[in-house]
Amino acid sequence: MKLGLAIDLDTCVGCHACATACKQWNTSGTIGPLTDTNPYGKDPNGAWLNRIRTFEVDESPLSKTVNMPLSCMHCEDAACVTVCPTGASYKRDEDGIVLIDQDRCMGCNLCAWACPYGARELDPGSGTMKKCTLCVDRIYDEQLPEAERQPACVITCPTNSRVFGDFDDPESEVSKLQKQREGKPLMPELGYNPVNTYLPPREPIERPQGGKVLGKVKQIVNRIIHR
Amino acid sequence: MTKASALPQFEDHQNQTHKYTTCYMCACRCGIKVTLEDEKIRFIQGNPNHPVNKGVLCAKGNAGIMKQLSPAKLNKPLLRKPDSERGAAEFEEISWDRALDILTERLANIRATDPRRLAYFTGRDQMQALTGLWASQFGTYNWAAHGGFCSVNMAAAGLYTMGHAFWEFGDPDWDQTKYFMLWGVAEDHASNPIKIGLKKLKERGAKFVAVNPVRTGYQSIADEWLALKPGTDGLLALAMIHVLLRDGQIDDEFLIRYTNAPQLVVNTPGQVGDGLLWRDGDDATQVYDQLTESFAPAMSADIAPALMGEFETPDGVPVRTVFSILLDKYMDPQYSPAAVAKECGIDAATIERIALEMAHVAFQESITLGIEWTDWAGRKQTQFIGRPVSMHAMRGVSAHSNGFQTCRAIHLLQILLGTIDCPGGHLAKPPFPKHIVPPIKPAKVNAPNTPLESAPLGFPTCPEDLLIDEQGQPQRIDKAYSWDAPIAAHGLMHMVISNAVAGDPYPIDTLMLFMANMAWNSSMNTSETMDMLRAKDADGNYKIPFIVTCDAFNSETVAFSDLVLPDTTYLERYDTISMLDRPISEPDAACDAVRIPVVDANRDVLSWQEVMVEVAGRLKLPAFTNAQGQPKYENYKDFIINFERAPGIGFLAGWRGENGDQSLLGAPNPKQWEAYEENECFFKYELAPNQRYMRHANLDYLTLAKEAAWVGSTEQIVIELYSETLQKFRLAGQGLYDGPQPTEENQKQRLVRYFDPLPSYYSPLEQQSVSSEEYPFYAITQRPMFMYHSWDSQNAWLRQIMSQNYLYMHRQTALDMGINDFDWAWVESRSGKIRVQVKHMEGVNPNTVWTWNAIAKQGGAWGLSDDTNEAKQGFLMNHLISELLPSDKGGSRMTNSDPITGQAAWYDLQVKITPATAGEEGSWPQFAPLKSPPGYTPAPTKQGYASHTNVNLNRPWSDIFGRRSS
Repeated sequence: MKLGLAIDLDTCVGCHACATACKQWNTSGTIGPLTDTNPYGKDPNGAWLNRIRTFEVDESPLSKTVNMPLSCMHCEDAACVTVCPTGASYKRDEDGIVLIDQDRCMGCNLCAWACPYGARELDPGSGTMKKCTLCVDRIYDEQLPEAERQPACVITCPTNSRVFGDFDDPESEVSKLQKQREGKPLMPELGYNPVNTYLPPREPIERPQGGKVLGKVKQIVNRIIHR
Repeated sequence: MTKASALPQFEDHQNQTHKYTTCYMCACRCGIKVTLEDEKIRFIQGNPNHPVNKGVLCAKGNAGIMKQLSPAKLNKPLLRKPDSERGAAEFEEISWDRALDILTERLANIRATDPRRLAYFTGRDQMQALTGLWASQFGTYNWAAHGGFCSVNMAAAGLYTMGHAFWEFGDPDWDQTKYFMLWGVAEDHASNPIKIGLKKLKERGAKFVAVNPVRTGYQSIADEWLALKPGTDGLLALAMIHVLLRDGQIDDEFLIRYTNAPQLVVNTPGQVGDGLLWRDGDDATQVYDQLTESFAPAMSADIAPALMGEFETPDGVPVRTVFSILLDKYMDPQYSPAAVAKECGIDAATIERIALEMAHVAFQESITLGIEWTDWAGRKQTQFIGRPVSMHAMRGVSAHSNGFQTCRAIHLLQILLGTIDCPGGHLAKPPFPKHIVPPIKPAKVNAPNTPLESAPLGFPTCPEDLLIDEQGQPQRIDKAYSWDAPIAAHGLMHMVISNAVAGDPYPIDTLMLFMANMAWNSSMNTSETMDMLRAKDADGNYKIPFIVTCDAFNSETVAFSDLVLPDTTYLERYDTISMLDRPISEPDAACDAVRIPVVDANRDVLSWQEVMVEVAGRLKLPAFTNAQGQPKYENYKDFIINFERAPGIGFLAGWRGENGDQSLLGAPNPKQWEAYEENECFFKYELAPNQRYMRHANLDYLTLAKEAAWVGSTEQIVIELYSETLQKFRLAGQGLYDGPQPTEENQKQRLVRYFDPLPSYYSPLEQQSVSSEEYPFYAITQRPMFMYHSWDSQNAWLRQIMSQNYLYMHRQTALDMGINDFDWAWVESRSGKIRVQVKHMEGVNPNTVWTWNAIAKQGGAWGLSDDTNEAKQGFLMNHLISELLPSDKGGSRMTNSDPITGQAAWYDLQVKITPATAGEEGSWPQFAPLKSPPGYTPAPTKQGYASHTNVNLNRPWSDIFGRRSS
C-alpha cells in the first residue's frame, strides 16, 4: 500500500479546518500531546502537523490567491528517514506511512533540516520531533465507524478538498483523482518522490452569452401571459 | 518484506462516551459529536447526520477544546468595588443570590417607574425569541440584538422585497445552480454550508464569480474575481439590470405571475398620493387585464396583466405599471456599463459579459423538474421551471450606508432572471418566505409594570408605524424607527452608549449587555466609547448609572461593568435554536436544534437563559408567572417545554404532543428534551417534493406554513420590485403624505433622496461628505474564516494562526508611496488616527486597504498576557470610524448608518496613509493592560493538552536492523 492524500487546490479556501482538526486529534493521539508555548502570551507557537500557507501568484489585477495545505508528503525516498541517526524516523513497509518513534527520537532536528516541505516540527514540550501520522491511530481502528477510519483532516474538510487513500490501488479515489485531474507532486525535482498529490486549479472555461428571449427592448411588447 | 506489525490499541474505547450537541464557536450552528473520556474532551467532530454541516467542521469548531480550557472564563459573579472607577477592573466576587438580588431590585424599580430606562442589548447570541419576549414582558422597547451593526440591511432588504433573504433566510440551490455570484462575502453565518456548496459547484463545472475588493478565502477559488470599489455593488447590479432590460433578457412570465411588476402606480408627481399603488374601492391593487381590456384586481387568477403601459383610471388618474417605471429608470444611460465602469472599478465589457452569461444560463440552460404542484389559486401545475443562477451577498454589502438599496438591487437582478425559489436559484428556508412584510409592528407604548403590546422590533410599513412623539422626536434610546432610521428592524445597538451618555433622547438607568463587546471591537470609535462608559455628570455620577454584563469570558467590556454575571460555555448549557427565532432550516426541511451540556460547569456560573427565566419569575413578568403569582417555570428547560406562544406552538418544533409524536404543532411534551437528546440534538421536518419550490405561490407549501404558524395566510406572497412602503416615506419627505411628516430639513432630504421605491444607488454617506482627495483610500475589514463570528480569538490554537493583523495595501500603490512590506504607517480618517504595520498584496483593489477585524485585544483581557501581539502590534480599525456623520449645515450630526435601516456603516470609511518615521513602531493607540479578575488562574506559559496518556507506536527492532543490513 502507498497511503497518502490528494489535496484539491481548486477548492481549498484556506479555512484552516484541517489544521485545527489535526491539532485536536493528534494532541490526544499517538504522538501527543502537541505542546504550545505562550498559548496566551507573546508570539504563541506550538507543534502543528499540518499548516496552511496562502500566497499569491502573478501580479495585480490578474493575481490569484492560492491556499496550500502542507503536511508530510510520506515520500517514497524520504530524506528525513535517511538522515535520522537513531532510527526513530522510519517509513512503514506495509503502507508507506512515515513515522517517528517518539521513544527513540532525541530531538536533534536533522530530519527537519532534511525535509524540504517544512513538515516536521520539534515539540517544545517533549523535545521530540512530531509530524503527520496520516492518523495511523484512526485509519486502522476498527472500533471507529468505517466512514471515520480516515485522517481527522479528511473527515473535517468542509470543501472535501482532502481525499485519503492508497495510491498503489488504481481503483482508489486518490489514484483516479490523480489521473483525471493530473495531480502534481510538490517539488519533484528534489527526488524524494512525495506520495501526496496536489490537484491543480481547474482552468476557467468560456461561457456562452445571452440568447434570444424577448428581443431588444424596443421590440418588447406585452405578451399574453396568464397569471 | 517486513510483516505488517500489529498496532497497539491507541484509544481506550471502553472508557469513552459520545454526546451530541450544537456547536457555538460561531453562528453557523453545526451539529457536533463530542467524544469524552474521564470528563475530558477527547474529540469534537461534525455530526454526519446533521442537516447543516453533514459531518464536516470548520477550524473554529475543531478548536472547541481550547474554548473550554480558556483561562479567561469567569468563575463567579463580580461586583465593581464601590470606591473603584469603571474600566479599572476592580471587582469583588459575590454570590449568585446577591447578584440576582441586586439585579432584581434595580430592575423592579425601573419597571415600576419608567421601564424604558432599562436598555437591554445582546450581542452575538441566538436566543432573541427569549430575550425579546423577556424585554416585551418587562415593558421596555429599548431592546435589540446586534443585527443593527451586522446584517439588518440584508435581512430587511430581503423581507421587504421577496419575503426571504440572503443571510440566514435563504440559500443558493447548491445542488442545481450553474452560475453563482458571491457579493462581498469573506465568510458568513453559513460557514460550512457555503464551503460544502462551493465544492459542489466546482465539481459540476458551474461558474463562480466573486465580487469583492479583496481576493482571499472564497474569492481565491472563484473562476472570476471582480475587484470592485467598496460600496459600488449596487451600481454594478443596476448596470447588469440595464443590460438585461436592454436585450430583453428577462423572465416576463415570472414577473407577471409572481411580482408586482404589472401593478399600477399612480403617476401624479407633486401631488399627495403620487407613486402609491392604485387601488379600487375594495382596497385591491390593480393591473390592466389584456383579455378583458379592463382593470382588474392584481391578485385575480386567470387574467393576463399587461407588463407595460400607461393608463387612465375611470376617475381620470394617470397610472402606469411598475415595470414601465422600472424600464424608464434603468434604461437611462447613467446605468449603462460604460457609464458605471469608472465608479465601480470594473470595465464595461466585463459587466456586460457577466450579465449576458447569467442570462444564457437562466434562459438557455433552464432546468425542468416534472413534479406536480398546486399554485396559489389552486391550479395544478405539472412542473417546476428552474433558472439556475444564484447569488449570495453579505457583509460587504450590508456594512455600507447604501446597503439596503444595494441588496434590493441584487434581489432585483435575481428576480428579473426569474431565479427566486426555483430549482437552481435562490431558495427560501422555512419558516421563510413570509408575506411582505411580516405583520409585526414595533411596540410603541412603555408603561410602568406593563408588558409591551407587541414585540419591541417589527416591520414598519408607513410613517404611522414610527416610534416618534408628537414633535417627531425619537422614542427609542437607539433612535430606531425614527426619521433617522425608519426601517430599523434590528435596532441600532451601535448608538445606544453614545445616545445614553448624551441623554439624547433621554438618559437611562441601566444598560444590560449579553455577549457584546461594546467597550472594544463591537463599537465604532472605541477609545471615545470607553470614555463615554466612564463619563460622569456634574454630581459625579456615571451618565449611564448601572451597567450589567453577562459573558462567559473576561472581555474588555467586563472591566466597564458594575455587575458581571458569568455565563456558561456552549458545552455546558441547555439552549434552543428555535423556529421562533433563527432556526437551522435547510431549503428542503424545517429544522431546529438544541444544546445539551456535554461537560459540567466546574465554576459558579449560570447560563444567561437560566438567569432570564429566574429573573422573569422574580419580577413576576406575566408570561413567566402563574395564577397564584408564583414563578411559572422551574428553570429554562421547563420553560422551553411548556411555554406556548400560541396553542401548540413552542420554542421547539420536534416531538411535540403529550406522547411526543407530533411535529411542528402540538401540546407540550414533558419528555421533549429527552427526545432531542436521543435524536442527536436536532429536529428535521422534510418538505414533500411539491412543497420545495415557488413557495411564495405554492398552495401545497403555504397550507403547511399556515398550519405551522410560519405565515398568517395561504395568500400568494407577491414579490415587491416596487416598494410602496418606501414611497410612503418618500412622500412624507416631500410633504405629500397624509400622515406624520418630518419637520427638519435634513430628515426630509434623506427621505426624498434615499427612499426610492425602486432599488437605487447612491454613494455611501461618508463618501459624500469626505474629500476623496484628502482621504483617498477606502478602508474595510473582514474576519478570517477561522475566527468569523467567534467571540474568542483568545483561543489558544486559533490565535497561533493569527495573533497580529496588518494593514493590507496594494503592492504597487504602497511602493509608490514609499511604504515597504512590514513598514509602519499612520492611517487617519476624519475622526481618528492609528498606527499600523503594512503588508503588501496583489489581490486587492488598488484604492482599497483592509485588515482582519477584531484581532487586536486589550492586554490582560481574554486571559492574554500584557505584552501579547494582539495588544502590541494588532490594531482596531474601529478607532477611525465615528458613530456620527460630520455635521450638516445646520450643525446636527446624524448616525453613521444606513438612512433606511440604521445599519452601522462600518465599510464607508475613507482614510489617508502616511509612512511612519523611523523608530515609530508598534500599534497606536495603546491601552493600559487590564487587571485580572479575582479568582483568576494565570494562563500557562506552556500547554500540551491531552485527554489521555499517549500510546506510542514503536518502530519494530526488526525493521531497524533489517534496513541497516540491506
